[in-house]
Order: sequence, then structure tokens, then C-alpha cells
Amino acid sequence: MSDTEPKAVQLPDATRLVVSNSPHIRGNDSISKVMAEVLIALLPAALAAVWFFGLHALRVMALCTLGCIAVEEIWNKCAKRPSSWKDGSAVVTGLLLAMNLSAGAPWWICILGSLLAIGLGKQIFGGLGYNPFNPALVARVALLIGFPQLMTSWVAPQPGAWTALDAMTGATPLGASGAAVATLKDLFIGNVGGCLGETSALALLIGGAFLIVRKRIKWQVPAAFIATVALISGLVHHVNPALTPPAIYHVFAGGLMIGAFFMATDMVTSPMTVNGALIFGVGCGLITSVIRIWGGYPEGVSFSILFMNALTPLIDRYTIGKPFGYIRIKKEAAQ
Amino acid sequence: MTIIITSLLFAAILGALLALIIGAAAKAFAVEIDPRIETVTDMLPGANCGGCGYAGCADFAKAIVGETVPPTQCPVSSPEDARRIAEYLGITAEEKEKAVAVVRCSGGRSTTLRSPYNGITDCRSAVVVAGGAKGCDYGCIGFGSCARACPFGAIEIRDGLAVVHPDLCVGCGKCVDTCPKNLIVLVPAFVDVHVYCNSPEKGPVKRKVCKTACIACRKCVKAADSAEQMNIKGFLVETNYSNPPLPDLVEKAGCPTTALRQASRHAAGEYEGVSK
Amino acid sequence: MSDKPRKFKGGVHPNDSKALSAGKPVQDAPLLDKYTVIIHQNIGAPPELVVKKGDVVKKGDLLAKASGFVSVPLHAPTSGTVSLIDKCPGPACVSVPAVTITADGEDAWGDCLEPIPDWPNTDPAILKQRVADAGIVGMGGAGFPSHVKLSPTKPIDTLILNGAECEPYLTADHRLMLEQAEDVVLGAAILARILGLKTAVIGVEENKPDAIAELKKLAGKYNVTVQSLHVNYPQGAEKQLIYALTGREVPIGGLPMDVGCVVQNVASAAAVAEAVLNGHPSIERITTVTGEPLVNPGNWRFRLGTPVSKAIEMAGGVSVQPAKLLLGGPMMGFAQNTLDVTVMKNTSGILLIPVETASQYTAEPCIRCGRCVEACPMDILPATISQAVENERFDWAAQLNVLACIECGSCSYICPSHRPLNQQFKRAKAEIMAARRKQQKK
Repeated sequence: MSDTEPKAVQLPDATRLVVSNSPHIRGNDSISKVMAEVLIALLPAALAAVWFFGLHALRVMALCTLGCIAVEEIWNKCAKRPSSWKDGSAVVTGLLLAMNLSAGAPWWICILGSLLAIGLGKQIFGGLGYNPFNPALVARVALLIGFPQLMTSWVAPQPGAWTALDAMTGATPLGASGAAVATLKDLFIGNVGGCLGETSALALLIGGAFLIVRKRIKWQVPAAFIATVALISGLVHHVNPALTPPAIYHVFAGGLMIGAFFMATDMVTSPMTVNGALIFGVGCGLITSVIRIWGGYPEGVSFSILFMNALTPLIDRYTIGKPFGYIRIKKEAAQ
Repeated sequence: MTIIITSLLFAAILGALLALIIGAAAKAFAVEIDPRIETVTDMLPGANCGGCGYAGCADFAKAIVGETVPPTQCPVSSPEDARRIAEYLGITAEEKEKAVAVVRCSGGRSTTLRSPYNGITDCRSAVVVAGGAKGCDYGCIGFGSCARACPFGAIEIRDGLAVVHPDLCVGCGKCVDTCPKNLIVLVPAFVDVHVYCNSPEKGPVKRKVCKTACIACRKCVKAADSAEQMNIKGFLVETNYSNPPLPDLVEKAGCPTTALRQASRHAAGEYEGVSK
Repeated sequence: MSDKPRKFKGGVHPNDSKALSAGKPVQDAPLLDKYTVIIHQNIGAPPELVVKKGDVVKKGDLLAKASGFVSVPLHAPTSGTVSLIDKCPGPACVSVPAVTITADGEDAWGDCLEPIPDWPNTDPAILKQRVADAGIVGMGGAGFPSHVKLSPTKPIDTLILNGAECEPYLTADHRLMLEQAEDVVLGAAILARILGLKTAVIGVEENKPDAIAELKKLAGKYNVTVQSLHVNYPQGAEKQLIYALTGREVPIGGLPMDVGCVVQNVASAAAVAEAVLNGHPSIERITTVTGEPLVNPGNWRFRLGTPVSKAIEMAGGVSVQPAKLLLGGPMMGFAQNTLDVTVMKNTSGILLIPVETASQYTAEPCIRCGRCVEACPMDILPATISQAVENERFDWAAQLNVLACIECGSCSYICPSHRPLNQQFKRAKAEIMAARRKQQKK
């Protein structure tokens, strides 16, 4: 290179060289990216909710999301911690909470739910990463127990009608007369009454598939969860059709889809190991089926996930795999 | 009405049954405890600092009663407290002089060469990366592992340097083990003059990376009342703790790097920015 | 063996950034007037100094002799005078003893070791002794004495040459295999003879097709095979390489010889060929000087003791201030805080990391996403161990097999919370080993 004439060679300033441990480069992943992808995955379900329940759905979602961000920030201020809403976890919690409410939920339910989700569900344990239970589910269950009437009165779906709001009674396709309440096609598309997020199985499947492809969730959890519910409800229906509707209703109705793809797969509160994820999914499915078929509540997804959340540390502890090169050690020791 | 009576009756019977089982179990599985242990525990400070080497005061009391350790091993109790425990148990307790910890380094962020460091801010973790990223291989890393280990809040991290407050330090020695550079020593509390440097390197090497290193110029050795008061070990001077100098030595010697300091004034931050 | 690239479980795929220097032929670094050779360049005991200040040495003369079996001698990188024996900055940012040689400019060889041109008919023990006398160590990074690996106490059936060079940025081995393919293959054949084997296998990541082609041309002549490997970090880690090539798992705490393998770096193999055929000891190596801040990154053949500042000068200096200076690759290299550190036998790269891509560790909480578990090539649970270390529960960390960690850094690389996992494990290992030593003393 002749054009680089004797220009003084510049050496780095040694006093500004950062010393740190290896590795010195890293992947471009971050918490906010993880959360952003979860939000993208929730988008189809959110759009479906707006289509079926109109602007009321939008109102609930906005209230819950803003409520969660507000609670998070107020809590951070009080606890003298740095602002953390930008990592997106509060937005995800808020949207998931909204997905668990009816389009007709009054504003104070949304705000109270946000307080319960972020305050009781997350921050009280130390914030993101330390909560043992899924925050949105903590809020949902607390509200369900506190206001059972409000939480189980749904709004009738009115596709494309933006402002209509017709209350309807709490008949659920999970009742023994499931088939009379909704057709299978309506159930799949989401043209039934229910929470914002649990109606459209199609939209949830699209979102769930996105998360699995992006490796944000372990496919073992929803697969084991849904398969277990289908198996048990199918068996029970086969033995006693009067007790419960066929398995297909169990799979597509109620909160199973959103629970299996978005709630049970919450990274913080589900097992890290692959075997653990399978056990976790099967456990959720078992408890859900038992509550749905024999329990007092028509829906058991939230309770089952919360219960399994509590078992997560235990599952993780007992599903630690053998490290690379472990088996040989044992063999050699035996010789 | 019958419902109330049945449930009350049921609860009562259940309660009585459980009480019986627990009572029987308490008798059957009772553990003999020497009552003196509890008394001794009450006589100890109850700070559970672990400075004695046991897991809290109760554990230490057990060890005293078992006569494996003298009560004076508690660094927090005053000599009177220890004597009272010894009297109660009918054993003899040797007198022990009070000790304090000294961090033998004066290289704060502004006086020592340090590289920007990015990683866990804990000395024992930092030391596995580039020895703590300091210009001096022997000095205080300043991430405060010792300060966190101190149950009495006697160590302050100031300008990237651990500084012991002698008035708060009880000499329990918990910090001594946490320092990955082995900088902290326990010394008799009545000695106030220390050399705040630990580098065995030659003077010029030390000066290149630290403004407040001991360069073994011997000024303090000459200024001392007797030559034995300060020991020279290689390129480092040390206070002779069995024949310590008086506090006025610091003034008299006029240490050019201010490595020679009074512990009390060092804690008050009086030497900051003094070094030439 | 099939031609299909081999791989192992786990790992990560960092941007390899090798294009900066992969196309740059190796240049001989110009002779400097001073070399500061660090005495302890190998794992094991430091060699014993045999020169003193003022001594006149020739190139290749002994500076320090091996002080035990796990130790290697050190030789003068050029002819000149021993001008200083003092401490100098070492690769771990801690001062270490070093010999400074002021060059006389003649660069004249001293009495070298006797070349052994007829190596195929020479006693393997003599060849092995030559490897030891030439001071050859693992030049991929670890610096483990080569002759020790060649003295297995268990039966060996496979000799593997490590040409994976899975670290991003580094291209030294790549250029070596391309330009000195004959030396590499010859070295492989000599090493095979020492071990009493007929053949050897050279593992190369498939992102170096030109090097693979070059090696394959010569492979038949010396009865060596070349196997392409899947591009995946840490493919060049000994245990992962053995697994990819043979399907055998080296036990935790065990050595490759436990599964009948010996692994040598390709650069070490080339050094063996040089020592046997020409009688030249290990006094120079190919090092990649690279990084975006450099004006002219490339590959150089440096003498031991070349200061990093000179190497950066040869690469045209920097255009912007880098965030970090590393010896070795970006995944496992050591950050430096001075330019006075010098090239050693295991310095595979001198790397400047720009501010934009340098990793910054933060204290963000673990969100238990499990990416580290997926990435870990040793199948341990980095997230859980991290929790144990954070609570200073080193006994728990030991139970979770933190000692199996090879410190490859895949977990820290992949972590979305940017947690300093690798540093935690290094500390845990240090604490556990210290505790065990303490227990043994008792």
C-alpha cells in the first residue's frame, strides 16, 4: 500500500483498555428482545379479540398494560430501584392480564388486576426473575376468587361490531352440554364468549408457533399440557359422555390454548430442563382436567399452572441431567 | 345447630388427639440440653457475627460449655464479660488484648493505576480476571468483599479502597479471610501507626503504579525512637507490633508517599490528596 | 469416516469475523532490537533459567531448561545479549519474570539440535525427546507441554490434530494449514510414529475449505485423513472435538487418553516437523493481529517476546480507540491493560475489540430462559450454578458439576440478561479447588 505515506502510527491508549472476563463478544439477545417477541406472538390473539369484542377489548388491553407499567414504575420509585418498564416484562404481563379479562370488565378491575399482577405477583418477590408464580395468573386467580360474578360473566362476540356490548350468561362450552353452546368452528376461530385471549384458538396457535420457531418457549410444555388434557377428557367422555364434552372441546375451549402457549411457558416460572418441561406440562394437564371435569370451577387452567409453578424449583432440582462425560465416570468407578 | 355442634366436637377431638401425639413425641424424642448453654448464650453479645469461628452465639456457647474453647475467643465481648462467663462455668479465662483489622494498602482510585473493569463487582470474583485489573498486583481491589463480610459495618470503601474504622472494628477477623490479596491483618488495637502498603516490589516499580506506595526510604526508621520500632523487610517497612512506635512518628518521619499513616486519621480521610 | 461434517451437542454460533485477516498471507515480522521473553510459557513447572545478565546468546540457544517432566525448555528468539532479567507484564495482567534480549541484528543460529531427516526409521523415543527438547507446547492457547501428551499411560488408538480454530477472528491456524500444509501433515505423521500409530486425523471446521483441500492433497502421501467439522463454537475444545470425531466422551476430570485419544494443535504439529527436520526449537509462531479498529489486520510470524505494541504497529496501528485488547480469541482470550505484554508460544491472536461489539456485563436478573442450558457443550446448568455462586454456595455448585465447565463462555455469550456467568464459574472453580487443597493439608 503505497498511498499510506509515513503517517504516525496510532497505538491504542492502554489506560482506557477495559479489563473483563471472557467471552469478550456476545450474542445480540436481550430481555427486551425476548419480551418483544412474546408481544409479537400475542398480536394475532389481540387482533382477534378486537375483531370479536370491538373497542371494548382495546380499552381493557390499554388499561391493563398502562396499569402494569404504572404500578411497576411507582414500585421502582418507592423501592429506589432503576426504572425497568422498558425491558417490556410489565407490558407482557399487562397484555396477558387483559387476555384473561372479559371485554366488559370495568376499569377498576383492570387497575386492581395490574396492582395484583405487578405488586403481588412480581415486585414483592424482588422483581423480574424472582417471582415464583406467573404474575398475570396471580391477578386472574385473585380477581376470580374476589369477584366471581364479574369474572365469569362474558360478553357475546359480535364480529366487526365495534361498540356493541351485550352481556351474556356464563354458560360455557366446557359444560356437559358443550356442543349446544358453540359449534366447533366457532370455538376454533374464537366466535364464542369468554376472556379476550382465550377465545380464538387459531390466533393463539399462530402466536405459539411463532414462539416455538423462535425458540422462546419449549414446545414440550404446551405439547404435554394439551395432550394430557385431550387424553384424560377423551377417556372420561368415552366412559361417561354425560359428564364432560368430547376432548376436542376441551382443547379448543376455555383458557387451555393461551394457558399452554403463553402462561405455562413463562420462562421465569417454568422448569429450565427439557424433562422438567415435560413433567410440568403433564402436571398442568392433569390438574386442569381434574378441575374441569370434577371440580367446582368450570375452568382450571390458571389454578393448575399456578400449582405447577410452585413445584417448578422441585422439578428443576430432580431433572438435572447428567453432564457430558458423566456416565463413563460411573462405569469406571464400578470396574 | 347440629352442624355447629358436630364441627365443634370434631375440632375438639382432633385437637385433643394431636395434642396427645405431640406430647408423646416430645417425651419420646426429647433431647437433653445442658441448661448452662442457654445461660452462656444469654451472656454473649448475641450479634451472631461468627467472629469466633462458630455459627452464631449459641453454637459458640455450646463450645465454651464443652470446654473446647475459652470465652475470650469472642472478639466482641469485653474482658469483663468473658471473665463473668468463665466464673459462671468455673474455668479460667486468659486475658486477651483487643485487636483491630488493618487493610495494608493506601492505593485509592485517585492514587493507583487502575484499568476500567467490567464484571462482577466483588473482589473474589474480580481477582480471577486479571488479578483485579489494578496496576499494582498486591493492592486493594476495592470492590468491598471485606466490607460486606464485616458484621459491624467497620469497613468503608472510599475512592476504591477499603478503609477500617478502628473505633467500630472489634477484631473478629471475618474480613481477613475474604480478602483475596491477603491484605488485611489483625493488630493490637492500641497501635496507631501502620504502613499502608503490601507490595514487595522495588521502589521505582511501585511508584510507577501507585503514588502512595512504601518505597522503603527509611525515613520512618530513622525518625523512630529506637531502630527496632520499624522493621524493614525487603522493599517494605513494617510496624513492629511487639515494640510499636508512638503516633507522633508519622509527623516526625514525614513519609514522602504517605504510606505511613495513623489508623484513626486514615479512617477520617485526612491523608487524601496529601501524597506528592 | 464419511465426508459429512461432524458436530457435538450444544454450542453457539458467533459471527466469525474471520474475513478481516483470513485472506492475508503470513508475513515474517521484521527483526526488532529487543525481545522480552516471558520465562513461564507452559502449563506446569516454570523452566529454570540458565543465562544471566550480560550473557551473549545465539538464536535458538537455551535460555531456560525444563525443570521437571511437565515443563519445557525456552530458547532465544534471536542472537544478542541478555540485557535484563526482571518482571514484565504477563498475559494475566500480573507481572511475571522475563528475559530481555537485545538483538545484535545478525540473527545467527547457534548450535542447533541435530536434524533427523530419516525420521520414519528413527526410534520413537528419540523423536519424543526431540519434541521435549524443542520446547513445544500446545499452541492453540493452553500451552500444555506436547511431549507430556505424547507419553500416555493408557493405550491410544487415535491421534487427532486440532485445526478447528473455532474462535471468531482468529486465522493463524487457517493460514498455517493453507501455506504450510506439508509441515502440518508431516508433523502429524511424526506424532503418529511417536505414538506408535499408523494414521492421524486432522479436524478442520468447514468454513476453511481451501485449507481442507490443501491438506487433502497431501493427506494420502503421509497416510493421514482430513475430516471437516461443523462450524460451531467450541468445536475446537478438546473434549468436543474428540466427541465430534470419534463419538467418545472424555470423562469429567479425565484426559483424552482415557478414551484412547491424543489431541495436538496443528501449529504444534508444524513446530514438531520443524524441530525434527531442521532441528529448530520453538521460538516463533504465527499470530493473527486483527480487529475492526486496526488499520491493516493480518497474520504474522512473530518471534517469542515481541511486544504487542510492535505487533499493533506492524498492523498499521488503530484508527479508533478499541474497547479491549485481547490475547487469544474473543471467546476465551485474556483482556490486557498494557501494550507491553509480549507474544508467547500460545498467543494465537492479538485482538482489538471495538467499543460497539465489546460485551458489557450487567446485573440484570436471570429470567430462567434456559438458553445457557441449551448452549452448554458440557450439559451442565449454568443458570442454576450461577444462582449457587451468587449465594456463595460453592458446595452446591460443586454438586452441580461446575468443575466440568470448560470455560468456553457459550453461556455468557448467549445470555439475554448479559450475566457474567463464566466469571462466576471461574471463581467457583477457584474456590472449590482452594477448599479441597485446604482439606488435603488437614
